[in-house]
Amino acid sequence: MPPLAISAYTATTALGRGREAQADALRARRGGLRRNDFADAALDTWIGRVDGLEQAPLPEHFARWECRNNRLAWLALQQDGLLDAIAGVRERFGAERVALVLGTSTASIGETEAAYAGLERDADGRSRFAPGMRRPIVHTPHSLGDFVQHATGLRGPCVTVATACSSSAKVFAQAARLIAAGVADAALVGGVDTLCGSVLYGFNSLGLVSTQACRPFDVARDGLSLGEAGGFALLERSTARKGRDHGALQLRGYGESSDAHHMSTPHPEGLGARLAMADALARAGIDAAQVGYLNLHGTATPANDAVEARAVSALFPDTLHASSTKGWTGHTLGAAGIVESIFALIALQDGLLPGMLNSSAADPACGPQIRFDNVDRVITHAMNNSFGFGGNNCSLVFGRSA
Amino acid sequence: MAATAGQPQADGAHRAELSASIEGIGFWAHGLPTWDAARACVAGAALPEGTPARPSPQLLAPNERRRAPESVAVALEVALAACSAAGRDPATLPSVFASVHGDLAITDYMCATLAVDPQAISPTRFHNSVHNAAAGYWTIGAGCVQPATAVSSFDATFAQGLLEALVQLQAGAPAVLLVAYDAPSAGPLSEVSRSAGLLGAALVLSQAPAAGRARIRCTLRDTQAPVPGGPLAALAGENAMAPMLPLFTALASGDDLACLHAGPGRALRVEISHA
Repeated sequence: MPPLAISAYTATTALGRGREAQADALRARRGGLRRNDFADAALDTWIGRVDGLEQAPLPEHFARWECRNNRLAWLALQQDGLLDAIAGVRERFGAERVALVLGTSTASIGETEAAYAGLERDADGRSRFAPGMRRPIVHTPHSLGDFVQHATGLRGPCVTVATACSSSAKVFAQAARLIAAGVADAALVGGVDTLCGSVLYGFNSLGLVSTQACRPFDVARDGLSLGEAGGFALLERSTARKGRDHGALQLRGYGESSDAHHMSTPHPEGLGARLAMADALARAGIDAAQVGYLNLHGTATPANDAVEARAVSALFPDTLHASSTKGWTGHTLGAAGIVESIFALIALQDGLLPGMLNSSAADPACGPQIRFDNVDRVITHAMNNSFGFGGNNCSLVFGRSA
Repeated sequence: MAATAGQPQADGAHRAELSASIEGIGFWAHGLPTWDAARACVAGAALPEGTPARPSPQLLAPNERRRAPESVAVALEVALAACSAAGRDPATLPSVFASVHGDLAITDYMCATLAVDPQAISPTRFHNSVHNAAAGYWTIGAGCVQPATAVSSFDATFAQGLLEALVQLQAGAPAVLLVAYDAPSAGPLSEVSRSAGLLGAALVLSQAPAAGRARIRCTLRDTQAPVPGGPLAALAGENAMAPMLPLFTALASGDDLACLHAGPGRALRVEISHA
């Protein structure tokens, strides 16, 4: 595929607000997980919670979209000059030529949960949402996309991708197709997911949540830590940035696949993962040996990490540095794709290749590509894996322009 | 300003024409369990009698057919019907699943259970609550390792899903399956997230012109799509996926134009060349 310029990007996670907060915490190996103190805090687990959302209501004119998820979207949008960069492409291409493709797993279902917790009874004894909760948009998966569309004034194609934990990786692929087909000249991609009862108790019901801070690829790993995050990236046709692109970050390839195996368990041989990674490499036109860093999906569940390590060792030489950063942020679900793509971009830009946090004893089943320690090294290509329920897989390749 | 296809851009980049052949159509609504029944309805025929209350998708094992959420059942039913009509093996097709709400009955269950006894959440209902549940069951049932996506764009969901299917063709996929569906709302949610009845439709779209197949050409416009009318809207207009009905009405009636709501002040204009 023709490379796409990444002209701006940002992330807000449990590590803090904006790009530098992410890079600093990765470099200092300072994690963002804490003992569960969210809502009823009844589950014995660790979470990656973003501080300050409770004190950061949306501006009054966005009251229709008020909810934790859109608060985090708004907070993330205000970091790293992103709103100015968006205004720039809106000016340059026209608002209707900039697409908006955002990923989320649960959108603002936390608001629907709150509506159910506060139901009122009317004169006929019917349970009804309290008046302030009768805002249809926050009870749909498109709550995030609709909010960001109104908050940015973009008028191109606007869609929410909701394929569980691959959502905000797939947004890069969909945006690349919209630009390649000439439907848009640029795209704001990203994703936001926030902590809520559905995911905490849902993943707990599947027996996938650890009582400790998650330990990706550790031999004793026993489940994930849930987190919340928001992130965005601005993609532009590279030819539209003539003369300004030297060394600039680029999206070079994407690969998508399905496991065709099980709703909540990965394919035992990592079939879908291998297809997605191989497809991304092929679309980027590079060999596996050219990848300097791979941010793994690495949820720290026994099944995911074993299968993913096997798929990686089947495709990549021993020299690859691959790691999961979920020990820092927790599993941010529908935001994992964008957050970990941004970690891959930081690796490309700063030569900062993160290892693993909380993990100490390597699983002997994993290949030499799986690295626990941080390394400083200049690289030319970085990759990100994101896999979701339903056997939904996406891999992305990033590089720099010559 | 219209984002018109087929004209060169100022900087020389090519704006491709978004067009496709319709190789196969699937349709299911209460009272209209097939595309043939839907076409007959548009032509003025009376509704067939004794139609099933819910679809029984043959892609699933018999016990799963009964257990599957309604949203999954209708999606898989129309998806398989479209593939059969197209003569395409479902395992070969990348897919786009478009739904405004996913499964509202599961959302109602999740939120009601969380309010009283969160530890009692069913793991099966939880993994069925993801927006890509139908896409997951489809790829598993069909043995399909091709990419699958699940999208939502409120009342513009169908147009945005169609757009994604069309750009997948542009990106080189020979054929793409588009599946659109929504299920009835439930519980206290039903007053706010409105959707009644079960409705689904699917298209197998292909890049190459094909003899005997209708062809569509799509452009995004700055305009307001009219409210869906006609017999299909009279029957299924209360379903959240009703904004897709103008396209299926046009395909059934032989009209050469449909206008689909594509977002605030935006519409996807679909020109149809019938076979």
